[in-house]
Amino acid sequence: MSKSTKIPNAPEIISKKAAAQKIMAVAGEIHTDIVKKHRKPEMVFPIRSLQNVRFDVKRGHFEILGKTATRTLSYNTVKTFAQSMRLLATTKNDLLDKDDIAGKREVYYNSKSWGECRFDEQPESDTLLDDIEAMLAINREQLGYIPEERGGDVTGPLVVIDQDPGNGKDIRIDCTKLGTGAWSIPSRVEHLRFEAGKAKFILAIETASLFQRLVHHRYYEKAHCILISMSGVPTRACRRFIRRLADDQKLPVLAFTDGDPYGYCNIYRTLKVGSGQAAHINRFFCVPQAHYLGVTPQDIADYELEDATHPLEEADIKRAKDALKNDPFIQHHKEWQDALNHMLKLGVRVEQQAFAKHGLNFVLDTYLPDKLKKNKYLP
Amino acid sequence: MAKRNGGGPATAESMASKQRDISVSEFFLKNRHLLGFDSPRRALLTAVKEAVDNSLDACEEGGILPEIAVELEQTAETRFRVTITDNGPGIVKNQIPKIFAKLLYGSKFHRLRMSRGQQGIGISAAGMYGQLTTGAATRILSRIKGAQVAHAMSVQIDTRQNKPAILSDTEQDWLPTFLPVNAEGQPEGDPVVSRHGTSVSIEMEAAYQRGRQSVDEFVKQCAIVNPHLSLHYRMTLITKADPKAKADATPAAPATVCVTYHRAIKLMPKIPDEILPHPHGVELGMLMQMLKDTESRTVRSALSSDFSRVSAQTALDICERAGIEPKTNPTRIAHQQSEALYKAIQGTKLMRPPTDCLSPIGEAQILAGLQKELRADFFTAVTREPAVYRGNPFQIEIGLAYARPQENEGLGNEEPVRVMRFANRVPLLYQGGACAMTKAVVGVNWKSYGLAQPKDALPLGPVVMLVHMASVWVPFTSESKDAIAGYAEIIDELTLGLQECGRRLSVFLHKRHHELEAARKRSYIEMYIPHLALGLKDILQLSDKEEDKVVTDLKKMLEKTHLDV
Repeated sequence: MSKSTKIPNAPEIISKKAAAQKIMAVAGEIHTDIVKKHRKPEMVFPIRSLQNVRFDVKRGHFEILGKTATRTLSYNTVKTFAQSMRLLATTKNDLLDKDDIAGKREVYYNSKSWGECRFDEQPESDTLLDDIEAMLAINREQLGYIPEERGGDVTGPLVVIDQDPGNGKDIRIDCTKLGTGAWSIPSRVEHLRFEAGKAKFILAIETASLFQRLVHHRYYEKAHCILISMSGVPTRACRRFIRRLADDQKLPVLAFTDGDPYGYCNIYRTLKVGSGQAAHINRFFCVPQAHYLGVTPQDIADYELEDATHPLEEADIKRAKDALKNDPFIQHHKEWQDALNHMLKLGVRVEQQAFAKHGLNFVLDTYLPDKLKKNKYLP
Repeated sequence: MAKRNGGGPATAESMASKQRDISVSEFFLKNRHLLGFDSPRRALLTAVKEAVDNSLDACEEGGILPEIAVELEQTAETRFRVTITDNGPGIVKNQIPKIFAKLLYGSKFHRLRMSRGQQGIGISAAGMYGQLTTGAATRILSRIKGAQVAHAMSVQIDTRQNKPAILSDTEQDWLPTFLPVNAEGQPEGDPVVSRHGTSVSIEMEAAYQRGRQSVDEFVKQCAIVNPHLSLHYRMTLITKADPKAKADATPAAPATVCVTYHRAIKLMPKIPDEILPHPHGVELGMLMQMLKDTESRTVRSALSSDFSRVSAQTALDICERAGIEPKTNPTRIAHQQSEALYKAIQGTKLMRPPTDCLSPIGEAQILAGLQKELRADFFTAVTREPAVYRGNPFQIEIGLAYARPQENEGLGNEEPVRVMRFANRVPLLYQGGACAMTKAVVGVNWKSYGLAQPKDALPLGPVVMLVHMASVWVPFTSESKDAIAGYAEIIDELTLGLQECGRRLSVFLHKRHHELEAARKRSYIEMYIPHLALGLKDILQLSDKEEDKVVTDLKKMLEKTHLDV
């Protein structure tokens, strides 16, 4: 499949065979270093942190810089090195060659048969998996690793055309006909196609409970929007799904989260421009066309929510200050700096559910229509 | 000082009626703590110590490799019979009563020579203690070289007159006999029989207790510091016929302890030389006594012939400085003059006393002694050059062992180090805190040598430190000879010796740390390399042989670059 023409800006789709060959190439180089060149083998990774990204204004997402870390085999790295080799072997032989899948937690448990080489805690295997993904420049979904967390839920005037995993035939999923439930975004979304003629925009919502309220009252019919529940920081699959849907159907994207530094700097920022952790793949897993609807610090006054707030906790304050200081995205947008400073000055945060103060359905009867009518969003 | 009577003021006559000789026994009983007999436990140790000191001194003076048996036998609940037998030259018959039953009689007080005993109180005090607490006499067996028979005597002290009383005096066909035992306390090898020697036996009120201040510890330390000594120790307790004990599953403490400390070296210590007192080490009273006792007829010749390092010219200088006519008869020097003379001596620059009169243990001997009694990974010893305090030559020696904690009782990483103190080869078990030796150990900064050390305390670690002071006159803080006085010169020498041992210890600890670290790293690397190779094998489908090559090449590579940090 030549994705560059069909799906612009999609992650390179790599065949299982090609991925396996890439692993063999890495291993082959290490082997040659050891037995032929008699020098200490190395592994090179791009550095995955906010320090190694810049905000690419033209493309609208975090772009990785060239910084790399080299892991040379030594007394200190011998364990990680051994674990990397065993993990690569498992990836190639058990996942790629056998066309199988594994979850992150399964990787961790699988290592329990490796003797002293085993991972003691799951964060160890998670980190190594991220390293390998970055080193191979192949996102882990393509290596056969599936995320544990759910990708998010979708309802609204949208038909998703999926494929039957057995026979490859198209399956049409009409997201208006799922009753009181919603459609779960799968971990791989590259093959999906969409029909969304009636939708005017996509509304990405932080909390499942507000999503449920909007679904229950069939808000999407009134507002002609596709509703997506992110349940916190959107997963890669969720971001990729929103991106593909928005690109494909040329829909604007609005984000609706709690009004706190986590909602702004983690959930919304990651949705729009990606994260430092996944710097090497942000260009696929971001939604540059997203805008921020609320809840903004200004909304607290505008909707008389002062008595429905909570004081900022220490972690909130630290997060906000940290973002002001280190986050290239926040640093790029004066509006966001103002919003964060405004919030720090108020010293409070506000949740999506706070509108219930004015009545349970105030949020869909008044707040959302009002905001949409004003058509003024944070970048 | 006049003591007042109940009624009116005392008269000279009434006071005179109360003034009489104080018997030595009364003096002894009132001052037993000064002599080391203040508790039954301590009395046992002191008696053993005095007897062993005498035996060792006698053997060494006689040029005999010492063979000593120490036997403790419990005879009643609070009574022990202490018997010490040696293979020394023996004692001539008419000296026996005086040596064992007269206080302040001996050969050592009147001379300046390094020896274990100093005052001539020790063994007779032990005998008197036994006599006062049990009524039993001191029994002596002695056979001198070439004699056909041994003398057997029972003696007591006439406590009113400080004179020996002989209770019995017979001849016996006795030969000192020693029975070596093996590690299990069972007899091993042939008995050692000597043609000469002495055995002294005292029954006394006493108590036996194990521990740092026990006879067990004393004999062990004796063996360490006298590697030329062969010592047989036997301790027997009364086994109580306790009916409950049968039902009780836990066995009682062993009623018998039997140990032979074997001789490690056959080299006798050099016999120390006798020296004349150095003027700077003489107190005013002593000076007056010496002037009175001298055989010289002028002050000047008394000074130059009775003291070391005083030439005829120097003697003249001293007299001039004191304003005394050099030809004055020394016995006629008045009190005031003697004080002036004393001051003049103190103000005169004199050569240091001769120091080759001492007989240190020696570094090799200290090492041999420590090695035979301790399981340790590191031993070192330092014998300092002789030095002088107050006109008395002395010499400091330090031994240090870094022990394997699990193989030595009472030693561990978290335990304070064990300081074994010795003066003229005699173990000092009491008053450690008051002793200059302990103070010197505490005063050294052991942290810089790799040992943990709480503030103002002994360092921690599985370390034994042997500290020895050899001197013609060891400055004890009291007559019980437990602790050494802290003269600055002595502390300095102790500190320098300890620091030297500390530096060597630090080198060892560093090296050991590196070796352990390297071994740890090696095994860590060896643990993970096979996994690395296995991963490569699985990915690249290597053969077993290729896999092995990866392992060998990697081990070589990593060990070469990462183990010799």
